[in-house]
Amino acid sequence: MEKHIVQGRDTASAGVIGRPLDRSDGPQKVRGLATYGHEHVPERRPAHGYILGAGIARGVLTAIDTAAAEAAPGVIHVMTHRNAPAQPAFGGPTVPEVPQVFTRPRPVLAGDTVHYHDQPVALVVAESFEEARAAAGLIRCTYRREPGSFSLHGGLANAYRPERANAGMATDSVIGDLDAAMASAAVTLDSTYETAFGSHNPLEPHAAVAEWQGDRLTLYTATQTLANVRAGLAATLRIPADNIRVISPFIGGGFGAKLIVHAETVLAALAARAIGRPVKVALTRQQMFANAGHRPAMVQRMRIAAGRDGRLTGFGHDVIASTARIEEFAEQAAATGRALYAAPNRRTTHRLVRLDTHRGEWMRAPGEAPGLIAIECAMDELAEKLGLDPVELRVLNEPARDPERSVPFSTRNLVACLREGAKRFGWDDLPRRPGSRREGRKLIGYGMAAAIRANYLGATSVRVSLDARGMVSVQTDMTDIGTGTYTILGQVAAERLGVPVSAIRVELGDSDLPRSAGSGGSWGATSTATALHNACAALRNKLLTAARDHERSPLRGLDLGAARLERAALIVNRRSEPLSRLVAAIAPGGLSAEGSAQRGETYTAFSQHAYGAHFAEVSVDLDTGEPRLRRMLGVFAAGKLLNSKTARSQMIGGMIWGVGAALTEETVLDPRHGHFVNHDLGDYHVPCHVDVPNVEAVFLDEHDDKANPFGAKGIGELGNCGASAAVANAVYNATGIRVRSLPITLDKLLPGLPVA
Amino acid sequence: MQPFTYERATGLREAAAAVAGRPDAKFISGGTNLIDLMKLGIERPGHLVDISRLPLAGIADAADGGLTIGAQVRNSDLAADMRVRRRYPVLAQALLAGASGQLRNKATTAGNLLQRTRCPYFYNPAMACNKREPGSGCSALGGFERSLGILGTSEHCAAVHPSDMAVAMAALDARIETTGPDGGTRSLALGELHRLPGETPAIETALAPGEMITAVTLPPPPSGRQLYRKVRDRASYAFALVSVAVVVEGDAAGIRSARLAFGGIAPKPWRARAAEAALTAGPAGEAGWRAAADAELAGARQGAQIDFKHELLRRTLRHALTETTRPG
Repeated sequence: MEKHIVQGRDTASAGVIGRPLDRSDGPQKVRGLATYGHEHVPERRPAHGYILGAGIARGVLTAIDTAAAEAAPGVIHVMTHRNAPAQPAFGGPTVPEVPQVFTRPRPVLAGDTVHYHDQPVALVVAESFEEARAAAGLIRCTYRREPGSFSLHGGLANAYRPERANAGMATDSVIGDLDAAMASAAVTLDSTYETAFGSHNPLEPHAAVAEWQGDRLTLYTATQTLANVRAGLAATLRIPADNIRVISPFIGGGFGAKLIVHAETVLAALAARAIGRPVKVALTRQQMFANAGHRPAMVQRMRIAAGRDGRLTGFGHDVIASTARIEEFAEQAAATGRALYAAPNRRTTHRLVRLDTHRGEWMRAPGEAPGLIAIECAMDELAEKLGLDPVELRVLNEPARDPERSVPFSTRNLVACLREGAKRFGWDDLPRRPGSRREGRKLIGYGMAAAIRANYLGATSVRVSLDARGMVSVQTDMTDIGTGTYTILGQVAAERLGVPVSAIRVELGDSDLPRSAGSGGSWGATSTATALHNACAALRNKLLTAARDHERSPLRGLDLGAARLERAALIVNRRSEPLSRLVAAIAPGGLSAEGSAQRGETYTAFSQHAYGAHFAEVSVDLDTGEPRLRRMLGVFAAGKLLNSKTARSQMIGGMIWGVGAALTEETVLDPRHGHFVNHDLGDYHVPCHVDVPNVEAVFLDEHDDKANPFGAKGIGELGNCGASAAVANAVYNATGIRVRSLPITLDKLLPGLPVA
Repeated sequence: MQPFTYERATGLREAAAAVAGRPDAKFISGGTNLIDLMKLGIERPGHLVDISRLPLAGIADAADGGLTIGAQVRNSDLAADMRVRRRYPVLAQALLAGASGQLRNKATTAGNLLQRTRCPYFYNPAMACNKREPGSGCSALGGFERSLGILGTSEHCAAVHPSDMAVAMAALDARIETTGPDGGTRSLALGELHRLPGETPAIETALAPGEMITAVTLPPPPSGRQLYRKVRDRASYAFALVSVAVVVEGDAAGIRSARLAFGGIAPKPWRARAAEAALTAGPAGEAGWRAAADAELAGARQGAQIDFKHELLRRTLRHALTETTRPG
């Protein structure tokens, strides 16, 4: 089996954590040597599966004629609900315990009921992808349609209260009396904001290559978290998880769409077993919109009460979001504000409207991304009502402790981000009066917003080994979804073991390796780095003990209490013993140690978040209403950085996500047919380069000693927290038109623009 | 994608005959649209005749002072041609407003004219579409209508022609030269190439089976100033919500001549004859411009999702006329 190892290239070791090293996997990627899910070559020649999706959104598949497809050239097997292997029932829309969402069975072709548009109704397996796809086009399906629910607005009156929000967060929080605060406040704001369905659109579609050896399955796939896929697939196939090996060394983006097992993976495994041959299945770009998750659409009501001085007396955030009838997903948008601003009277709630779509999934900054659109646009509206600078309003309402949990913050540098951002952006000199700045036929406006993103840690183990050539290998089933995991782990190991980065080989994405928490919730880097830190410490202890005790050790009997690992050597007093020579002497087979990370006391004893402030400048064409970003600055405080270059890239990417959600990105659900109308990259408008000029991200120095040994916090999602609101507020400042339904497309601005 | 056979054309007449001889045959050149549609099972040709290597990739000065553009000239080459840039800037602007750099490098002049609508319901085989399956109905009308047209539509189809290039060519009075399977040639005005949907939205052009576009001819450059303005949701790689091509002679005192064409709003590149007439006959200035747009929009389709296109068209036309009648 091919090995996927990424070796570092830098010669530095001491002080290398945080340095802006280039990606160690970069050369492999640009040369096409990084193998992605669908590209893996199994031991035997694979067949190709193509999924046929349902043409209706709700009803019964009363007949399916596969005869022509079965007779088509190259076709090996056609799987439908009539001949699909038995799988466990999916069960109800919720699971008893939060983690079970990742481990529950996800059966496919399990019956004749259609729950959502484009739900798989058949898999055609053929010698080639093209033959499978052509044959799928020959299948004739007959349906009995049933009326479905496809409109969030149509269901608002019937919204229900979920038992909990995503990740087990409380559905509601109530402190004090918001209604009373609203009734008695000098200034109040009561505004409702709407956000659209969004689609992740990682560049690499979901894909799986399944190969069985007896009762053991090897699965090459694209996943953020190998353990989830392994558990979910094991439950679906009713085999022990240990019988599945998942391999996913390179992933072309995930953004939360690759956290659970999806249909292509289950179908590949079922089909490969059925035909006794490896099978490859990938979702097409079009199929991803229905089958690979989306961000729910939301209607969010903000109620804020304030005194004349700008201090909040009440903070209310009521979210109604779409969910799926088949499986609940309660995106925690209303949890976002629970730690953001001080206010004695508080109320946050989540309600859901059942639609006949596939389930929503965790899309980059679930909760915060849509939640901050409502909160930070509302704060902008409130600032104007109060006649306050929007930056000052936020500073005024900075809490001393977590306002809902009454625990101290670990580190919180929101105000510093606001101040630094305002200074760098030139905020204080910009016009506050909406619609007051023009350049030719463009209206120019400026907006800002705060960013907050919870910091998490997930249980993770890492193995680190040192061989007799002085080479270090780092092994874990962690993934690099394009974020820089390979690179930062090399930096951590290099610094902790005193060897150059170029002596570190990192091996990820194989479930035979020690189990990690994977990439998700922005916790991958800090969880894995912490486990690696501990593994390095354990390895150091082993090395020192052996160096002191081993009969062939050149350092035998020395007091190694003051020993240092530096320049690829063990240094004690004035003696320096190269690691390669030392290990060759005392452990010719090499030394190895594992380390782990898990949540400690500080995880709950402190309110842990990363913070930031976004500043945006937009233009709006006076004639056409076209809103365009002109420049954007994000200032972030997220603890110690492990690599300032990959960190900056992540922030810029996140900010661009925010621009897309603010101005262009919307997945349209047809209210009659229940299908996502725009389902390719031509019609789902991810920003192009020209849409995102001059996007800059800077970090403040910060060290969070409550977070982990590095003082680092998660950053993968911080960039798009609040970014959309800054852009939306800039559009308002440019035009004086407050659009409360995002994305802000030109048709929403046109009616408010001056005629001439 | 269903199985198909492929041949590389050896000559114009042979190519036309090869396609005329099989009802399931199609020409292919850049393939930027056809191959996408084949993958989705929307186009299902059984035979492809590749005309990309035919000697039709030249741009030549015509005897009358105009320009003859070979059918196989790539969009990027046409946009970069100095004669086009100097004498027909509206065409160069329109080309560069279309698609992406990669697509323009591949897409050809004739292929651009004959590309099919991007209506998302046309693009989804699960949805009824009279253009894709005649008689099956239109699932776009009454659904997500934002991309649909407001002029020249019918109750059977309101999908728009997506080209930018063709809109500029319509304003420039371009003509289409064709060769048929019998070797016969003909010339037709660009306005005669595309058909309105009426009751037969699947029939999109006036071309006979096997009839192949060999060139687009532009008459000598019209006097006056030219401009193409495309309005879209994303600054690149997005189809027009509305676009306006203008060739105008005039100033603050009035417009002496105007050729206008609109994109993004109709099943064909829309030459706005009513607006042109109103513009030259009506009062000078913005009131007259607005009246001209209104003249073209009389009877335009209305609806909650598409009404903005009416105002957007008025305002975009105003912008284009402001720019082209500005002193100096």
